[in-house]
Amino acid sequence: MILVVPSLIITLMYFMFQDAPHPPGAPSPFNAACLIMLGVFPLIVMFLITSITMQRERVSGTLERILTTPLGRLDLLAAYGTAFSIAAAAQATLACVISFWLLGLDTAGSPGLVFAIAIINAVLGVGLGLLCSAFARTEFQAVQFMPVVIAPQLLLCGIIVPRDVLPDWLQWISNALPASYALEALKEVGAHPDLTATAVRDIAVVIAFAVVALCLAAATLRRRTP
Amino acid sequence: MMTSSPDELIGDGARPAIAVENLTVIRGRRTALDDVTVHIAPGTVTGILGPSGCGKTTLIRSIVGTQIITSGSVTVLGRPAGSADLRHRVGYVTQDPTIYPDLRVIDNVRYFASLYGTGAKAADESVVDVGLDDHRTALCSNLSGGQRTRVSLACALVSHPDLLVLDEPTVGLDPVLRVDLWQQFDRLATRGTTLLISSHVMDEADHCADLLLLREGRLLAHTTPAALREDTGCQSLEEAFLSVIRHSTEPALG
Repeated sequence: MILVVPSLIITLMYFMFQDAPHPPGAPSPFNAACLIMLGVFPLIVMFLITSITMQRERVSGTLERILTTPLGRLDLLAAYGTAFSIAAAAQATLACVISFWLLGLDTAGSPGLVFAIAIINAVLGVGLGLLCSAFARTEFQAVQFMPVVIAPQLLLCGIIVPRDVLPDWLQWISNALPASYALEALKEVGAHPDLTATAVRDIAVVIAFAVVALCLAAATLRRRTP
Repeated sequence: MMTSSPDELIGDGARPAIAVENLTVIRGRRTALDDVTVHIAPGTVTGILGPSGCGKTTLIRSIVGTQIITSGSVTVLGRPAGSADLRHRVGYVTQDPTIYPDLRVIDNVRYFASLYGTGAKAADESVVDVGLDDHRTALCSNLSGGQRTRVSLACALVSHPDLLVLDEPTVGLDPVLRVDLWQQFDRLATRGTTLLISSHVMDEADHCADLLLLREGRLLAHTTPAALREDTGCQSLEEAFLSVIRHSTEPALG
């Protein structure tokens, strides 16, 4: 499921745009949409998987028990982060391969960069998921964190309404959300053959968000609880 | 007063495995433990007995170091409870079997073996120790309740702990399995492991060398099965416990 679903949805989009009219000479609208999906999927999927798995650990008592063993808290998070990031990498590899080779996705920048940004997004999703699991009492609540945490990011990141035409106060919020930077970086890679300074800054910002989320998540792992 | 002094129980004056001094724990608005002081001798099987909600699990969590305590102190094997170097030496079996249902028996145990750094051989041994050798490759979700309890126990045994703390390990098990488990606990104790086992089934008290009777967060008595019978004049430990409760509440009523 984790592996094939994003690829299938991107393929679905390919056929959606197949007969859509677009000005001759301009890139197909599928290009832009596919690029967005390659960035958004790792974020959403990894957020969901991580928050639910960690929530299960917390509720079932396995987390409390693991924390009575010599295992360090950061080790635990790093292990989780790595395991899920490997899953995310496999997913992104498949989605990128299908998009670039079979569906003819064409970016000015290197496909490797698209792949790298997808992985960074996945790590961000893992960090946010681990953090949010601390605030959910049940798996049901954990799932509901997705619209709370992910939806505003997707609405305000410039996919639907370009960021510069948003009202000022929404631009400010948009500036504070990591997905805005992730999507901007992908657009930069799509439009420029070289790695632009904006893209580098954006990627750095997303990594910083991911690291902060992981550290905050570590702070929610308490060996002693009331 | 039937409560023996701690020193008397420890006998040779050896350092207690667990020393709980004036422990008070307030959870929410409830006082879960109220000024509990108890010393537990090394290499013994000690039972924590009392009705549901009397503070057994809170006492156990304080000893393994996962409970935020309000006041008092808990010293385990000479170190403050929850110290980093105790994590190798204390095994904790939670009330509900805390294992991963979507993993096989052996993988659950191997996982904890790697957390404790003891390796695959220790994992194999503890699976044999709990009598699940036939089921080592079974998925835990397909096991019965008693088998899951034993997987959970194996996950604690894999670290060869000096102190093994078990929270109601025999709840919901059939009599044959209960006898099995208690024999296993005895074997561990003869090898020098200190065991602290909670239960709300009074019949099981006979398997313990020492008994802690808890009620509403207070330690009613630290005694032995024989002394409890003698002091109360009751043959069944169930009646003896009820009699202790009656005695302890009488002054409050009067």
